[in-house]
Amino acid sequence: MAVQILIPTPLRVYTKGEKVITVEAGTVGEALRALTERFPELRRHLFNEEGRLRSFVNLYLGDEDVRYLQGEETRIADGQTLSIVPSIAGGGRWASGRSITQR
Amino acid sequence: MILRLRQAHQAQIQAHVETGYPAEACGIFLGREAEGIKIVEQLRLVDNRWADPAEQTHRFLIPPEEVLAAEREAAAAGLEILGFFHSHPDHPARPSNFDREHAWPWYAYLIVSVENGQATDWRVWELTEDRSAFVERRLEIVP
Repeated sequence: MAVQILIPTPLRVYTKGEKVITVEAGTVGEALRALTERFPELRRHLFNEEGRLRSFVNLYLGDEDVRYLQGEETRIADGQTLSIVPSIAGGGRWASGRSITQR
Repeated sequence: MILRLRQAHQAQIQAHVETGYPAEACGIFLGREAEGIKIVEQLRLVDNRWADPAEQTHRFLIPPEEVLAAEREAAAAGLEILGFFHSHPDHPARPSNFDREHAWPWYAYLIVSVENGQATDWRVWELTEDRSAFVERRLEIVP
């Protein structure tokens, strides 16, 4: 399946300025792997040291947050669009170690 | 990188962070970037959506659906998300480790220190490419 991945502005420097990258993939996870194989510098901004998606990095298939679908196992239909969207978190005191994947 | 902000936007941010005190307040910058200058054209003031209200004095969250909506609004207007602001109530306008773990390079992160309900210090930060540190950048206020 061909999926279009929308690249947010800060990460376009790692995709040679491209806003949209089209990859062949059957699932969201496969799409991410195809993207980061093509543009390895994206990895550290999407994944943490353990290779897991950073907690503030969110993926939307169309208008749906894939966390509420089947996560990286979510199947992609031909022509769908995958958006990489940050949630913005932070705060004044030094780290409490709490994750932001709360809602 | 320079973040260029209009006085009117600065006044809106000041009102937002002072009204929000002692909780952290936050928002999104939309605008254009040229030759390292980020020019803010529109401001989105956002509610702090950190789940536990008791922790909102030192934590904030702008959820992804809010960022996605801002992305779409920006694209429709020919603009981009340039960065974000948040307040540090009774705490210096310096990024924490927690801020660093939840940031990307390129974006401008404005932090406003609010002491006893008054906005006192405004500083702009940018994450380095290797994610190791924030570097302070210039804030330019224009009429």
